[in-house]
Amino acid sequence: MNGTDVKQTVAPGVRLGQVSFVWRPWVAGVTLLLAAATFLVFCLSISVGDFPIGLPNVIATIFGRGEQVDQFVIMDLRMPRALAGLVVGIALGVSGAITQSIARNPLASPDILGITGGASAVAVFLVTVSGGTAAAITDSVGVSAAALAGGLATGMLVYFLAWRRGIDGFRLILIGISVSAVMEAITTWLLVSADIRDVARAQAWLVGSLDNRSWNEVWVALWCSLVLLVVVTGAAFQFKPMHFGDEVAAGLGVRYGRVRAVLLLCAVLLAGVAVSAAGPVPFVALVAPQVAMRLTRSPTPPMVASGLVGSLLLTGADLTARTALPVSLPVGVVTAAIGGPFLVYLLVRANLR
Amino acid sequence: MVAQHITDAVPVVERTARLAASGVTVGYGGRIVIDDLDVAIPPGVMTTIIGPNGCGKSTLLRTLSRLLKPTSGTVVLDGDDIAKLRTRDVAKKLGLLPQAPVAPEGLTVADLVARGRHPHQSWLRQWSSDDASVVERALAMTGVSDLADRPVDSLSGGQRQRVWISMTLAQGTDLLLLDEPTTYLDLAHAVDVLDLVDDLHESGCTVVMVLHDLNLATRYSDNLIVMREGSILAQGHPRDVITAELLQEAFGLRAQVIDDPVGDRPLIVPIGRTHVNLVTQKGS
Repeated sequence: MNGTDVKQTVAPGVRLGQVSFVWRPWVAGVTLLLAAATFLVFCLSISVGDFPIGLPNVIATIFGRGEQVDQFVIMDLRMPRALAGLVVGIALGVSGAITQSIARNPLASPDILGITGGASAVAVFLVTVSGGTAAAITDSVGVSAAALAGGLATGMLVYFLAWRRGIDGFRLILIGISVSAVMEAITTWLLVSADIRDVARAQAWLVGSLDNRSWNEVWVALWCSLVLLVVVTGAAFQFKPMHFGDEVAAGLGVRYGRVRAVLLLCAVLLAGVAVSAAGPVPFVALVAPQVAMRLTRSPTPPMVASGLVGSLLLTGADLTARTALPVSLPVGVVTAAIGGPFLVYLLVRANLR
Repeated sequence: MVAQHITDAVPVVERTARLAASGVTVGYGGRIVIDDLDVAIPPGVMTTIIGPNGCGKSTLLRTLSRLLKPTSGTVVLDGDDIAKLRTRDVAKKLGLLPQAPVAPEGLTVADLVARGRHPHQSWLRQWSSDDASVVERALAMTGVSDLADRPVDSLSGGQRQRVWISMTLAQGTDLLLLDEPTTYLDLAHAVDVLDLVDDLHESGCTVVMVLHDLNLATRYSDNLIVMREGSILAQGHPRDVITAELLQEAFGLRAQVIDDPVGDRPLIVPIGRTHVNLVTQKGS
């Protein structure tokens, strides 16, 4: 082509005072739409229930201009659940986007890297084994916090076992799968040998659910996620060249070991926060970044869009579970049922093109 | 012992090395690959490191670029100990292209080359008009402007290598370290890529590369560093360095060195075992 076309070869930049960034209209548009959709589903999830409240009233109440009755139902009864769905979804989506980017492999989600497995094993242990240490731990820190610790410890174990002069994506996944298998074996063994009433409680925890969230649990999850998301946002810029491998990143002036350690720690913590707030909700962290990549047409998992898709998926699944189905199911059952086919649809559509 | 045949255009005062290693020892987990090595890279010159497989050529290049940390000895970049510089400051002076880098599927050429601006950007300032014009120029210089919107994975090997060199160029350094830029390329594309590297050298870059093909190394470089078993066997202009004896010593290769019929450099003709008739040659 001729010289007049040259100006269009590079994405245009945008400048706001001292801040400048690349302007990608498609990505920005899709992300904005996703944010709008997430907010809509969030409000819908509050609106629907035994005592239906119209969407305008929900929105008015959220912005502090609702009526007294609505105020009580929304803020005290329904908001914790909806907010938990929002926060857990974002945490899982971002966590998955980070692990998949670091391993440069779409299989690398917190589910596979042992975080979920470790958290589940600890939670089931505390629920099924009565007396002694287990009771002491449950009483002092609670099942959720202990599960979080278990998930973190397992995530760290996988990271250190996989470390060999740097992190190799395949090695990380293989070791993650192995450690997860051991954790699942422990969980199964605990379930098989436990009292039948405890097993039912443990099972309820294991599928992942947003039922009966309290404001306390939600606040902890919300603040932890916010802090972690700020750190992730800060580190994301240095991570950009790392999509090309460690050596190229080093050549471009990135201290890749540090950046990777910080981001991976954030991913593990985000997944841990999500698991402790809603149980091991399956598939969101795996599928959200992949869906976000295809919607934004990005070559790598986009962080913001992944979080929004995760939240949309989780809240949408919870809404479906509560309303559209004849029996009320835990959200974890529905995320897998919706997320799986949607990813397959996106992959098949790409094949047909 | 720096090469004597430095391009005449370089003023005498600037002939001190931009990049030099003194007494470096490098190893991977106990195994020593390079032992107590000294080398100086002359400015404005194409320097090529050659040597048999496993002799430590890539290790030397990676040490010079700070990818590897020597267990002893120092690498000096423009007078500063490279280990004491900030990673970012090194990246502003020295461009590095590792062996066979891989881009994420679907990434466009323009976006890959734009990433070369990373050392000059910050969290707040992620893209400026300077960046845009430097990237435009890098794309144009490497002849890939027309491919800017194409995904990198849809390109041929030769085009892809041009794109990676373009990214290194967008980094805006006049010191380029290329680790086997012609790997996986057929001879025609290898020549094409080396012509491009020579253009960059002509435009004022100091280039250090590792090459496997001895004849291409001889043709394209002004300064050869011949390595064997982690140390330097010879360094200098190809005309002074390439001899049948050296090839025997460095590679264990039996070869004749003749005058290049199309150039002013030596040409290496390997002898090998079959289809060789030193009196008359039959077949191809």
